[in-house]
Order: sequence, then C-alpha cells, then structure tokens
Amino acid sequence: MSTRVEVLKTYKIYIGGQFPRTESGRYYSPKNKRGESLANVCLSSRKDFRDAVGAARNAFGGWSGRAAFNRAQILYRIAEMLEGRKAQFIDELVKQNASAKDAEREVNLSIDRIIYYAGWCDKFQQVFSSVNPVASSHFNFSVPEPTGVVSIIAPQNSSLIGLVSVIAPIIAGGNTCVVLASEDQPLCAVTFAEVINSSDVPGGVVNILTGKPSELIKYFAEHMDVNAIIYCEKDDANKKLIQEKSALNVKRAIFYDGVNWLDEEKSQSPYFITDTQEIKTTWHPIETVGSAKAGY
Amino acid sequence: MAVINQTLAIPDFSLSPRIDHVGVEERASRFTKRSIKAETKVNGLKLTLNMIDLTTLEGKDTNGKVKQLCYKALHLHDAYPGLPTVAAICVYPSMVSVAKKALGNSGVKVAAVATAFPSGQAPRRVKISDTKFAVDNGADEIDMVISRGKFLEGEYSFVFDEIAAIKEACGNARLKVILETGELVTYDKVRRASDIAMYAGADFIKTSTGKVSPAATMPVTLVMLEAIRDFYYKTGKMIAMKPAGGISKSKLALHYLVMLQETLGEAWMNNHWFRFGASSLANDVLMQLEKERTGVYQSANYFSID
Repeated sequence: MSTRVEVLKTYKIYIGGQFPRTESGRYYSPKNKRGESLANVCLSSRKDFRDAVGAARNAFGGWSGRAAFNRAQILYRIAEMLEGRKAQFIDELVKQNASAKDAEREVNLSIDRIIYYAGWCDKFQQVFSSVNPVASSHFNFSVPEPTGVVSIIAPQNSSLIGLVSVIAPIIAGGNTCVVLASEDQPLCAVTFAEVINSSDVPGGVVNILTGKPSELIKYFAEHMDVNAIIYCEKDDANKKLIQEKSALNVKRAIFYDGVNWLDEEKSQSPYFITDTQEIKTTWHPIETVGSAKAGY
Repeated sequence: MAVINQTLAIPDFSLSPRIDHVGVEERASRFTKRSIKAETKVNGLKLTLNMIDLTTLEGKDTNGKVKQLCYKALHLHDAYPGLPTVAAICVYPSMVSVAKKALGNSGVKVAAVATAFPSGQAPRRVKISDTKFAVDNGADEIDMVISRGKFLEGEYSFVFDEIAAIKEACGNARLKVILETGELVTYDKVRRASDIAMYAGADFIKTSTGKVSPAATMPVTLVMLEAIRDFYYKTGKMIAMKPAGGISKSKLALHYLVMLQETLGEAWMNNHWFRFGASSLANDVLMQLEKERTGVYQSANYFSID
C-alpha cells in the first residue's frame, strides 16, 4: 500500500471576508526553534494593507450600526467556533514552540477571553456613559461611540492569545480592524481568520495580514483613513515613528507594551474597549417645568 | 445607397462589421496590464480629471445641488495647487440655466441630457422641443438617447432620422448620442448603433445613461472606439467618445486612457475628444493624486462629498 501524502494548508491572508494571496506575490518561511519551516506565509505589502483598510471602512457602518446585543451574539459565536477547532490550534501552537500543556492553556484562555468581551458588548456603554450636571436648561449626556477603523500590530511574542486579546475588545466596541499577525508565529492568525469567517462576522470587520512589521508599521501609522493604531512592543524607535505618523490625522496611538496576555487579571478589562471609543456629548434643550430644574 | 452630401455616403447599416466577442474582451483585458510609472500616472490622473463630465441626474436634483456641483467643478480640491477643472457639468435641461450662471465664463461646459432621458420614450416633437429648450438656456452640449426599442425592431432609418433631427435642433451645441449599450445586449448591435449615430451627425458617441446596468464596460467602449477609428479612416472626420456609468476608480480610468491611446492615438487624448461620464470618479482621482503628492494613503473624510 502506498503511503498517503499529507495535504498541507496554504496560509493566505484575510481581507474583506475573502482569503486572497498577497497582491505582491511574495512569501516568507518562518521557522520554529527546532529549525523546521512552519509554512510558506504571505509577505503582505502596503497595497494589501490599503485594500484591507478599504474593506474595514466599508464594513464599519454596518458593524457599528448593529445592536450591541447582536455583536455580543456574534462574538460568542466566534468562541463557539474556536472551541470546535481547539485541536487544530493546539497543534499549530506546538509547532510554534509551545509545549502541549501550555498550548492547551493558551487556547482555552483565548476562548474565555472572547466570551469575556462578548459579555461586555452591550454593557460597557452603560458603565462608561454619564449624565452630566450643567448650569443651563439642558439635558446633557455622554456616550461612548466606536472610533472607526483600527490598525493593529498584534503582539509579536504570541501566536493566538495576543491576537485574540487585541481583536476582541476592538470589535466588541463596534470598530473594524486590520491586524498584522506575529511575524515569527503567524499560523494561528490565519486559522483564526477561518474561525472568524465562519462565525457570522461580516466581511471586512476583521482583516488579518501576515508579514513584517518593519515593512508595514509606517503605513499602519500614517494611513489617513485609520482612526487608531495599537502597538504592543517596547521598541522606542517604532513608538516614536507611530506617534509622529499618527499626528497626520490625529489618530489615537495606543501602546500595550509589557502586557502579559496570559495574565487574566491584567490583560482583560473593559478599558481595552474604551481605548478605541470616542465620547460623544449631547446637549438637549429642556424646559423648566414648575419647580423642576436641570439639576443633574 | 442614399447620399446626403458630396462627401458622406450612407452605408447599409445591416452590413456593419460583426464583432468577435471573445477577441474584443481579450483585447480589452490586455489594456489593464500595462505598467504605468508614477509620473505618467500623475499626468494621466490630471488628464482624467480634465475629462470628467461631473454629473447629477436625479429626480431629486435642486438648484442648490447643481450650484454646489458647479462649485466643485471649479474647485476640485483647493489644497492641491494647479489642478485642472473638469470638462463639463452634466444636468437635466431644467437645470441648465442654473449651471450656466454658476459656471460663468470659467470654460467649464454645460451638458444637458435631453430627448426624454433616460428612456427616450416620447414623440419626436417632444424630443426636439426638449433639446431646443436646453440649447436656448445655454447648453453647450446635448446628450440624447436613441430609441432603443425602434433600434431593436430593426428600424434603423427611424433611429438615423431621429438623430439627424436632434442634431439639427442642437444648432452649435455638440451632440452626444447615448446608445445605452446595456440594453443593446450584443457587441454587434453596439457597433451598428455606433455607425448609425456617427453617420447621422453625432459629435460624440456615449455608452450609457448610467441608469441601466451594465453601464460602460471596457469591451463595449473598445467596440465603439474601433467604430470611431473605422469612421475616421473612411471619412476623415473625428468623432469623440464618452463612456459613462460604472467608472468610479482611478485605476479603471487609467485603463480607459491606455485603451484610448492605443486605439485612436494622441489626437484623441484631450477633453474635446474624450470624456468620462462620472460623479464619484473625481474624488477617487483626487485621493490618488494626494497619495502621490504626500506619499500617504488618503481618507474620503478630507474631500468634498459632491
């Protein structure tokens, strides 16, 4: 009997609900610590990023306009799908240097983290909204609203939990995002894109690219149609670059350096959601009825 | 064969050349594969802007909307010095006087769609008075629609006579003849309609109203450009071309310019002989020009809405 040849997966990028190859036709072959090649992975170009931002912008209106409760359902669905493909993620994490035990813990934690943010989807607005005291006859209130398209350089030292921890709060808050996966450990990011794609998440809400941050950071930071950027490393030169380029359209530059994404206490909180929210304040004229005043 | 003057013999339109369906689509797709360098791209984009007929053809058009569009025609993006204006503003006849006044002597032309646009389902005298109304109000160009129903019935003489009659009503205004290729279905019919329009006196042939899908496509435009080329070889008379509808991205516009250059040549590469009928194309071109100037990908937030 002939031995069967294993069918290997082509690791492609994820833009607008599709899995194209990079328009540049380039690839790279990350290796694990044992020196084995993980896969041939797309080396995305700035044009892939441009296309992804276009897709994210198109998706923003629909996603931010959905009922918060519905976003919660969809995030929960992502967790369900991830649960169903646990074995595949563990397998990929082990390929990328993790021990079997650590890998399982990371996948479990990732699922739990998505559930955590699924819960917050329709609750953080209440916690962070306020009714404000003003000295005129106005009803004055403030509510958080999603900022728009967020570009994310995912944590580079983690394949899955880092990625999940930065994507989930962004989309829970109604933003759409373009994510650059870990350069050395990109496998889980592409497989996570497949999970997203089968979880009722509209195309374009999450876009995942693979490639080199050194090439793409500049574009992630300077694109005029991006409203916020998230960076998770301690590299000061890159932080400076990001802050300078972000000034072009005053996008929010958010740094999560030094976060241990495996630490449940410190790496999940509703503040990860509010980091990419804008506070909108409304002044609504009211009459003074009888002795009642605008007393808030 | 009838003869209307010494130089122009009217051919039998049922003998218009047949079009090789596969060939024309393959040829059209080749134009999209040219490598265009940055400097050429910038020149091409500026030329594209200068060829645009900025269009608003909605039932809900108001004087204010038309004035706003005219302002945009003259001030595409003031942050970018030295930009050309668009070629023309394209409106309904009732808006011509408003547009004419708003544009003044800027050199931007006013085009009016007439002849019961977009269906063309009206008696000839109504179409002629529609045209005259637009011309009397100052329209520089008239965009007419052909009677597609009559054309599809094979009443070529009817279509021919109608175009000739409208041409007469136009006076000095240039006449664009809209074939509405989306309703003609085959390339053969597009070619035949193009021939009829040109022999009947069209100054421009134009693909679509923008109200029917598909609107302009590259293969259909190629068929029409080749008809123009053949007509030029036969009569020595240049005819202008206007693809309209569905061209909203700069890249596609550049592909059209490549096609124009390689089919008709340098003489047609200006807004006297070629136009884009579009409304959203202008902003995309502006964003690409800003991208080339600043090196940064742009956002629609920083460009005017209409």
